[in-house]
Amino acid sequence: MDYCPHTSDDIRQMKAVIGIRDVEELFADIPEKFKLKKMLDLPPALSEQQTFSLMRTIAGKNRLPEMILTGAGAYHHYIPAVVGHIAGRAEFYTAYTPYQAEISQGILQAIYEYQTMIARLTGMEIANASMYDGASAMAEAAVLCAKMSNRTQMLVARSVHPEYRQVLRTYCWANGYTVVELPYEPTGRMDLHALEKQLDDQAAAVLVQSPNFFGVIEDIAPIADLAHQKGALLVAGFTDGTSLGILKPAGSLGADFVVGEGQSFGNPINYGGPYLGIFAAREKYMRRIPGRLVGATVDKNGQRGFVLTLQTREQHIRREKATSNICSNEALCALAAGVYLAALGKNLRKLAELNIHKAQFLKKQLLELSGWKEVFSAPVYNEFVLRCPDSKKANEKLKNEGIVGGYELQRDYPELENTLLFCATEMISKADIDKVAKILQ
Amino acid sequence: MELIFEISKPGRAATDVPASDVPAVNIEETIGSSYLRDDLDMPEVTEIDLVRHYTNLSRRNFGVDLGFYPLGSCTMKYNPKLNENAAALPGFTGLHPYADAEFSQGNLQLIAEMQQYLCAIFGMAAFTLQPAAGAHGELTGVMMIKKYFEKKGEKRRIILIPDAAHGTNPASSALCGFEVRELKSNAEGGVDIEHLQTLMTEDVAALMLTNPNTLGLFERNIEKVAAMIHGKGGLLYGDGANANAFLGKVRPGDLGFDVIQLNLHKTFSTPHGGGGPGSGPVGVSKALVDFLPVPRLVQAQGKYQWSEDFPDSIGRVRAFYGNFNVIVKAYTYLRSLGAEGLKRATEMAVLNANYIKEKLKPYFELPYDRVCMHECVFSGKRQAAESGVHTTDIAKKLIDYGYHPPTIYFPLIVPEAIMIEPTETESKETLDAFCEAMIAIAKEAKENPAGVKNAPLTTPVGRLDEVLAARKPDVCWKKS
Repeated sequence: MDYCPHTSDDIRQMKAVIGIRDVEELFADIPEKFKLKKMLDLPPALSEQQTFSLMRTIAGKNRLPEMILTGAGAYHHYIPAVVGHIAGRAEFYTAYTPYQAEISQGILQAIYEYQTMIARLTGMEIANASMYDGASAMAEAAVLCAKMSNRTQMLVARSVHPEYRQVLRTYCWANGYTVVELPYEPTGRMDLHALEKQLDDQAAAVLVQSPNFFGVIEDIAPIADLAHQKGALLVAGFTDGTSLGILKPAGSLGADFVVGEGQSFGNPINYGGPYLGIFAAREKYMRRIPGRLVGATVDKNGQRGFVLTLQTREQHIRREKATSNICSNEALCALAAGVYLAALGKNLRKLAELNIHKAQFLKKQLLELSGWKEVFSAPVYNEFVLRCPDSKKANEKLKNEGIVGGYELQRDYPELENTLLFCATEMISKADIDKVAKILQ
Repeated sequence: MELIFEISKPGRAATDVPASDVPAVNIEETIGSSYLRDDLDMPEVTEIDLVRHYTNLSRRNFGVDLGFYPLGSCTMKYNPKLNENAAALPGFTGLHPYADAEFSQGNLQLIAEMQQYLCAIFGMAAFTLQPAAGAHGELTGVMMIKKYFEKKGEKRRIILIPDAAHGTNPASSALCGFEVRELKSNAEGGVDIEHLQTLMTEDVAALMLTNPNTLGLFERNIEKVAAMIHGKGGLLYGDGANANAFLGKVRPGDLGFDVIQLNLHKTFSTPHGGGGPGSGPVGVSKALVDFLPVPRLVQAQGKYQWSEDFPDSIGRVRAFYGNFNVIVKAYTYLRSLGAEGLKRATEMAVLNANYIKEKLKPYFELPYDRVCMHECVFSGKRQAAESGVHTTDIAKKLIDYGYHPPTIYFPLIVPEAIMIEPTETESKETLDAFCEAMIAIAKEAKENPAGVKNAPLTTPVGRLDEVLAARKPDVCWKKS
């Protein structure tokens, strides 16, 4: 099945207009010796029905879990029906970047509304139209801090998502910046004394997440104070976006940038992507931040309309002097996030509360198992860390019942042997939790 | 149209939250009241308000499903619905990225096969699917180039970029700490070989070349260019944004490219989503395989699994494994077309571009009059000089004819550029009607320039004040 509409008669007429006898003549600029003489080595073409049945077979080789007890940067939440219906409107999803504002008011206004909702949620003054994901949003914020301060060192909490730290290291290596990791305390929070000791006039940014990778809520305000005293900027992330429905946002606690993963807002878990990077900032950095920005303006009749604005920051104008190389972002995911947030409205807080109830109940039930103990003492949102007699065995038992168990922290933290990071969202019922407790008994 | 905030009314919501079926905890005590936020200033609308709001917004948006979208360099081909249905299968949407590999063998097989097919199509040794978009792929590719020289103990500071290149090329290079030197184009729109000779030193890490370039022209001297770069120990980077021009005809790996990034949303028909999500796989030659991002897919005992055990890797550029669900759509497309379908897609895309080029040549200046590949670039210079009608005016007038305008004012080396990429999925009738509209606009520009400069008249808003938007930026709504 291909999607080329030309009949042989069409092709004949078109060739006549161009003045060629064979379409092959159009490829004359390709040096003869490099031209492919045989067909590409690919499986044969399939009809629509055959293709769909092939795709069903491949999807069927996955085993869909009964239950997901892992969060760790990707969260299983209920997606209201309206989200898929709106994001599935072809007027949105078959468009590209809104370069022609007059016929792109739909996506432009939707993104302007998204930017507004994100700024309000994060306690910030502005937000951009999205980045690739939470990790790259954090890395780009770090690079920006270095460029603005002419400093080259990043201080990142070890309690930040391990993959985010890896992405940060990659971006920093490419730019010649150094990354120093800060230990966590027995509470599960960043060690403030270590921060104080490390901070000097080389530090461009302090990077932290709250809730952090352990689910623990960090104390952002004192971190912001320490960073600012030494002229460093604070980049504050978060894990599950729904936590913003109830927790005081980092923007109101002194952060200069709030970055994080927006997948929780109406985007399926999708085996890791596409997701969307949330990037919110203080207004004073507006002309320096990466990514697209939609702004309100008026047409010649004074009617409100929306355009891509401050494009002089961007690569297509500024080339090597641009604030970032980003071009396509995750607009459709941001649209879905906006619809999700508008659908929940103030109910986002209720949803966040429900997540807390579920996580606390799961934790309580697991702590009743013999040999299971809490690892960190600070308050958590919907994730928490427990030590158990044998984490591999516990996960194996859950897997045998079709359950994705906890995240084994030992992968990234050798000192956290036999610990599991669990997540309970509104998708986990009491019956599920009882079942888990029984399996692990 | 009103904003979602302006139709908000306290007490409304479009969805509810289930009551808790577990014993409730005291939230203030559990979390600590000082950590809780006081306000949550979100829109409050009912479901019908929400649906009408966004549906009406969608009606103010133009996509490929509504009409011809010849946006040059963006390959706005039709996005088959089959791909959407395949990608929506719960097996693909419902898996957690950290689920044990036993849960995800289907996904892993798909990723492995996609990598293998891309290697076959582009003639590269290996591919990563991790980058989330084309520019992200460029960044990843340039990072691998950096690592390659670091490993060899060479300090090369410079990357050469043609003056016709996409802005992302220099921006990606700068984001990796390289200095950018601009390489001139020659009179026929290709690389200026003499200029390359003077620029190419042992301080140059790579040349980033788009082939065919942004003029839609294939680099005739590609063999010589590759030899000049490799002769000084440099690497040849390929910007694959224009890959729709050569599927099944020639392979970048055979031409001497060491790295190439693709845009699955362009060449492999995944929807552009109003500006993303895309997907930007990167292919490398044998010499660069060790530097690919981690994790990489490996096979052990007949099962696929992820491995981070590649000590020379540049690391990660994104969390998890890339825009997986976009990759599913591209995979579906690839399987339905097969080798023959891909080759035909390229042939028809190139035929369509040359057809438009020939039909419009008498009416608009064609700065490089030679056979083009998948797109053709005109200049609105004649109209600007004769009647003061600029390319932007022509673009806006096209909107009134029901078309999305071509890419305009790019590439930068063509004044008043009009870059038209029809793609293979458009019929002769569509191309004819579009050409007639362009010809009518050229005529109107002569006879009644004001009528063109007034456009568009059929859109919900007229031309917008971009200067005001940039001077007094309003990027977040505030209650007045």
